Amino acid sequence: MTDAATPLPQTTLDRNRKSDLVAAGLKKRYAAERRFKLYGISAVVIALFFVVLLFSTIISNGYPAFTQTMVKLDVTLYEQDIDPDGTRDPEILSNANYRKLVRLALFDLFPEVKSRSDKRKLSSMISSGAAFALRKAVMDDPSLINQRQQFLFTMSDDIDQFYKGSISSKSPESDRRVNDKQIAWLLRLVDRGLVEKNFNTTFFTGGDSREPELAGIWGAAVGSFFTLLVTLVLSFPIGIASAVYLEEFAPKNRLTQIIEVNINNLAAVPSIVFGLLGLAIFLNFFGLPRSAPLVGGMVLALMTLPTIIIAGRAALKAVPPSIREAALGMGASRIQTVSHHVLPLAMPGMLTGAILGMAQALGETAPLLMIGMVAFIVDVPGSITDPATVLPVQVYLWADSPERAFVERTSGAIIVLLGFLIMMNAAAVILRKKFETKW
Amino acid sequence: MNQNLQSSSQLADVLSQPAAPTKLKVRALSVYYGDNQALFGVDLDIPANQVTSLIGPSGCGKSTFLRCLNRMNETIDSCRVSGDILLDDLNIYDKSIDVVHLRARVGMVFQKPNPFPKSIYDNVSYGPKIHGLAANKSEMDHIVQSSLERAGLWGEVKDRLQSPGTGLSGGQQQRLCIARAIAVEPEVILMDEPCSALDPIATAKIEELMDELKNNFTIAIVTHSMQQAARVSQRTAFFHLGKLIEVGDTEQVFTTPKETRTQEYITGRFG
Repeated sequence: MTDAATPLPQTTLDRNRKSDLVAAGLKKRYAAERRFKLYGISAVVIALFFVVLLFSTIISNGYPAFTQTMVKLDVTLYEQDIDPDGTRDPEILSNANYRKLVRLALFDLFPEVKSRSDKRKLSSMISSGAAFALRKAVMDDPSLINQRQQFLFTMSDDIDQFYKGSISSKSPESDRRVNDKQIAWLLRLVDRGLVEKNFNTTFFTGGDSREPELAGIWGAAVGSFFTLLVTLVLSFPIGIASAVYLEEFAPKNRLTQIIEVNINNLAAVPSIVFGLLGLAIFLNFFGLPRSAPLVGGMVLALMTLPTIIIAGRAALKAVPPSIREAALGMGASRIQTVSHHVLPLAMPGMLTGAILGMAQALGETAPLLMIGMVAFIVDVPGSITDPATVLPVQVYLWADSPERAFVERTSGAIIVLLGFLIMMNAAAVILRKKFETKW
Repeated sequence: MNQNLQSSSQLADVLSQPAAPTKLKVRALSVYYGDNQALFGVDLDIPANQVTSLIGPSGCGKSTFLRCLNRMNETIDSCRVSGDILLDDLNIYDKSIDVVHLRARVGMVFQKPNPFPKSIYDNVSYGPKIHGLAANKSEMDHIVQSSLERAGLWGEVKDRLQSPGTGLSGGQQQRLCIARAIAVEPEVILMDEPCSALDPIATAKIEELMDELKNNFTIAIVTHSMQQAARVSQRTAFFHLGKLIEVGDTEQVFTTPKETRTQEYITGRFG
């Protein structure tokens, strides 16, 4: 509203001068724009550099874990050592001294080795798992007894590391775990073509072990699977139901406000606190089994619930209100409106939130330490109540072990864990793309 | 029906007497959003099988009024309603009235076309499906076809009933929403500025459609366009600042308004 009495101010700027001013300013504005672009690009480049650095370090450290040095030995399976009475009773077969047979086969190759200490050094080049492998072969096929056959045995972790080049023969003998004699024996085995580097199936099929060459991640992977299964079964329905109730049905009053604030706060609680809660409630109060995926899953469900609820509510908020109005205007009840229209439209967002929550749970270590999932467990768990560990805890355990061969296994386990995480995130992206609705 | 009109004869004097029987009778309707009062004791009769348009400047309460007629205001938490709305002598705010049942009788078309992101067929069949109006597939097919025919959309979509309703043009989407509303055979259709998002040609089609539909349905429409009100409606109600200023036959309201504010609004002096 301009008062009619005061005239509108006349232009005070000369047109030519104005265009000069604009031109001068333009240069500055474009410079600022270029500068900003440069900052952005350099930030992205630095970030990419570190990602590449991270991945290349982990992969270069971890890929040797996927191979294992093996040795071919001709073993004669003397009946007198295995089953002197010829009963072929599985129990007798199982208790026989296969270690001796493996050693005999090895000593055959090196007849000049006489002293006890040398013999011990020589036999320590073969993994203690070799005897188990031999026992399994005989138990599977007792007709092998009294025959001479070539077997492929895992070599010990130190020999494996030396053969892969992680231990240098140039360092002083006292500093390395492989002595000069062992190196000479190994070279002779190599000369005869008996040593080979194979794909390390044990790493993917075995449980944990104190011997690095026998340690595998399958036990931890199955533990992770059971744990996440429990987490998903608990947190997804509860999370979605809470999100739907809070967003669509709950009255907007002080109580729901307090609940909302608390859910947001819970999302920021350090995860180890949830572990303490699980320890106090699930283990000490309810007496649930220690180290079990059941309890781990429950603790992780508590931890991921806020994430799922918050993502679910955001997805529900993103559904345009016009859809709700349309359904309500048609005479749909509130639950029909939600289940027929709102929920299907919000589902991609909810699933994305749930999968990201699951990925977070998969990588979580701290709360599981509190409920005993950090125990050394050799057996692959068969159910959600068996003692188990999970992949990130396995990484933690191996990273803590002194043996050199565990270094590469730690990185190998990290590669597997990252592989799972990438797969889950890719699944989230694909789901979102697939169910994306266009209005 | 007539007895009811006589019993409220004092009011009938104030409001000019509608020619047709009254479908919706609104008495002393006040609406509050929290502490703000949006409507102040509105009395209005909406006659059957006519188009009644509600006009007035923005924020005058006409949309609020319309949304009270099928209790859509209840979806807003802070909203409180007092007064009576009688649909065929049935108080729709009575505790015994189920809002789902009410909305099957009083349908609604919104300002922005809002088809469900589903197929055209599913859009139209949704209402009959949730209310259980079709016993089998062929009955449902019949309902869908006749609803789309009455909405003047059948010819344009009959070959692509399974394609998404959101892929239609704006005007087609709005006619789809009308088809969806009439598929449950409501008695009253409420339209909240149904043409404000449409181009003139699509608007003309909807207006034509309203003229057809009024033979079977009672229509109440909120509009910002006075030309539209003049074209489509038989009765016009003018709202200002939450109060009903004037109601009468459309011709009378537009040519010889009784109230000066009505005249000022119609001639464009405010609003």
